[in-house]
Amino acid sequence: MSSISILEERQAQIHTKGTAPFNMSCDKKSLAGSVSQRACVFCGSRVVLYPIADALHLIHGPIGCASYTWDIRGSLSSGPELHRMSFSTDLQERDIIFGGEKKLYASLVSLIDKYSPKAAFVYATCIVGLIGDDIDSICRKVAKEKGIPVLPVHSEGFKGTKKDGYKAACDAMANLVGTGAIEGIRPTSINIMGEFNIAGEAWTIREYYERMGLDVVSVFTGDGRVENIKRSHGAALNVVQCSGSMMHLAQHMKAKYGIPFKRVSYFGIEDMSKALYDVAEFFQKDYPEVMEKTQTLVREEVKAIYPILKRYKERLKGKKAAIYVGGAFKAFSMIKALRSLGMDVVLAGSQTGTDEDYQVLREMCDDGTVIVDDANPLELSKYSIEKGVSLFVGGVKERPMAFKLGIGFCDHNHERKLSLAGYSGMLNFAKEVYASVTSPVWQFAPYGKR
Amino acid sequence: MFGGGANLKLAVSNIIKQYQPALIGVGTTCLSETIGDDVPLILREYILKNHDPEGPAVVSVSTPSYSGTHIDGFHGAIRATVDALAKKENPDAGGINLFPGMLSPADYRHYKEILSDFGARYQMLPDYSQTLDGPMWTEYQKIPAGGTPIKEIVAMGDASGSIELGRVLAKTKSAGKLLADKFAIPCHSIGLPIGIKETDLFFDRISAITGKPMPEKYVQERSRLIDAYADGHKYVFEARAVVYGEEDLVIGMASFLSEIGVVPALCASGGKSGHLKAMLRDVIDDFDAKGITVMEGVDFVEIGEAAKKAHADFFIGNSKGYKIAREMKKPLIRIGFPIHDRMGGARIVHIGYRGAQQLFDCITNTIIQCRQDASPIGYTYM
Ligand code: SF4
Repeated sequence: MSSISILEERQAQIHTKGTAPFNMSCDKKSLAGSVSQRACVFCGSRVVLYPIADALHLIHGPIGCASYTWDIRGSLSSGPELHRMSFSTDLQERDIIFGGEKKLYASLVSLIDKYSPKAAFVYATCIVGLIGDDIDSICRKVAKEKGIPVLPVHSEGFKGTKKDGYKAACDAMANLVGTGAIEGIRPTSINIMGEFNIAGEAWTIREYYERMGLDVVSVFTGDGRVENIKRSHGAALNVVQCSGSMMHLAQHMKAKYGIPFKRVSYFGIEDMSKALYDVAEFFQKDYPEVMEKTQTLVREEVKAIYPILKRYKERLKGKKAAIYVGGAFKAFSMIKALRSLGMDVVLAGSQTGTDEDYQVLREMCDDGTVIVDDANPLELSKYSIEKGVSLFVGGVKERPMAFKLGIGFCDHNHERKLSLAGYSGMLNFAKEVYASVTSPVWQFAPYGKR
Repeated sequence: MFGGGANLKLAVSNIIKQYQPALIGVGTTCLSETIGDDVPLILREYILKNHDPEGPAVVSVSTPSYSGTHIDGFHGAIRATVDALAKKENPDAGGINLFPGMLSPADYRHYKEILSDFGARYQMLPDYSQTLDGPMWTEYQKIPAGGTPIKEIVAMGDASGSIELGRVLAKTKSAGKLLADKFAIPCHSIGLPIGIKETDLFFDRISAITGKPMPEKYVQERSRLIDAYADGHKYVFEARAVVYGEEDLVIGMASFLSEIGVVPALCASGGKSGHLKAMLRDVIDDFDAKGITVMEGVDFVEIGEAAKKAHADFFIGNSKGYKIAREMKKPLIRIGFPIHDRMGGARIVHIGYRGAQQLFDCITNTIIQCRQDASPIGYTYM
């Protein structure tokens, strides 16, 4: 095939393990014209806050921002579904000239009257940053008039990358935390952070913690409720998954309320079990029975799925996989999970990994594995082909590329409808990988079977 | 703060390096429009400075999200491309320019088939029949194969006539009108060829430009379609439909529904050209007697509320309407773009007699199935 050249400025963000000394460049602005797979600041905020189901989400901007983020996450709610609406102030040319504050005020008031939300988030988009609407003061005004929290989210699209959007979302939530009553919260209570209840995953995880004898005060933000967030400072521990999106809030809660946090991942048997043990360990001194219950839980769960996983492993052994996900922490778990299915990860990368993340990634990977930061479809396909992968794990933007090249694809992003967290999730994942890799349709691909 | 010029130039040069395209299209966003970037000027500067006769053509179009809808961006991009590239070079070349409207890849293939069957020379812009619905690759395609070749866009300046499809489009400064103004190429503005009446107009125009009669194949297709209308007319008669989508699609679909006896009880669009109602009146017989509700510039919440009052039997439009159809427990017939919740959106033929045949079967069968499922007897025949 014609070889694909890599832009010079991008070379430093690609590393092949075992070749040169490791000095990976990351955490920087995307290169113009390189077709990054990243999204904008606003999109980062929107996906983090999206699952808060009893809040009003109003996007202050032109219709495009709202339309592209309408009903985009498979985050389930056990009650209200207001989060699935994408409200917009639908700014028009004249609003750009004369300012959108009046429209924002009117939209907020009429939507709050119509839907009676428990709180409202107002997202600032690119254009709002430019025309200089004072959304803070409008939010204050409406909060006072309507008696609910109205929180500005400073997510102007051009302010940075998706990661800055996570931070803006955390800042907005930080204003809610600490405003509710914490009486009656037991000392064995935790918050689940960075779990978005895709396909009901938060429910699975919550059930594990409850079986361990712990209470969950608030999930950030899966199946989220404003009341729970307000009282979340009553928890003894923050358990943080998907560190990219929630670390900022966890750090804030540590500084302000002295709540320690632990970073975990619920993906794959190994990391799932480690998460539960880490949390049990935290309560070990005062509540040793938690550990006992945890051991029983892990034993039972693993026993139930292990024989089935073994059967999948026999069929998948030695197949090669590529991983490209949003946060690097997810990539770590994925590598372990794919290994436990007998597969070799030959390409790994993330949109938003940090220096330390890439150090860890490098230590985990085998020699010859290509590691990429903020890659584009050209690079991803180049290495997928060169390395002969038969599975690509990524988000919705990588799917067409994989399918066009006759590579099995497994969606690990927020649009999916399949639960992949926990032990039951690992089983689903194995099934999904098995279907993606061994389907007979690939025999007709121009490439033939890999 | 300092304008986006430097970034835009860097992006263009990186794209050239990595993709070696023959053309680069630049769309603006609300951001670049509002900070006052003069995109055409920045691009001219770039081209002057990096003078390269082999380099790509660069076309820019103003597409801020705060004015108009996606369909304005679609037609705007076509017009800008034609404006930048079409030339009068060889007046004897002839041929038909076709501006097909925003439809499916299968529709585009059908357009090309029809024009080829007429033996006509033609240029169609855009043409994503292959780029959006093509085969698997053996190696990564930086730019997918297919599309309108640049030399055909250039040759649009030599055509003996343009056909542009869309009754609302006809009211705008379209690519067809631009060619009429610039090179005196006659522009035939008609509706999207959906259903027999609108398709007849389309064939008439091709015949007028080429001087050839409708090929026998389509005479046959048309006759079979009328035969099918007769077989199925009772099932669809006075069924009530909610039609939504881009204005021109709504008009084409409403025209088709009316000619088979369905009442397009609610016609709704996010577009707000101000022409929708008048044009629906043109294509729907007894428009005023039918009590049809027409809504412009609406969203799905408003469509949902109006749909409840319209006593609809089914919805017809893109997959975004699924939520409201589900709420009302009425079937949704998926057409147009996007269709995100079913396979094969790219393969739906809406246009021509063939498209009408497929739509007719689909609508009739949907209605039959609803009755069959609701029937206590469960007839095994129609
Ligand atoms: S915030 Fe800016 S970059 Fe993000 S979707 Fe809106 S206009 Fe686009």
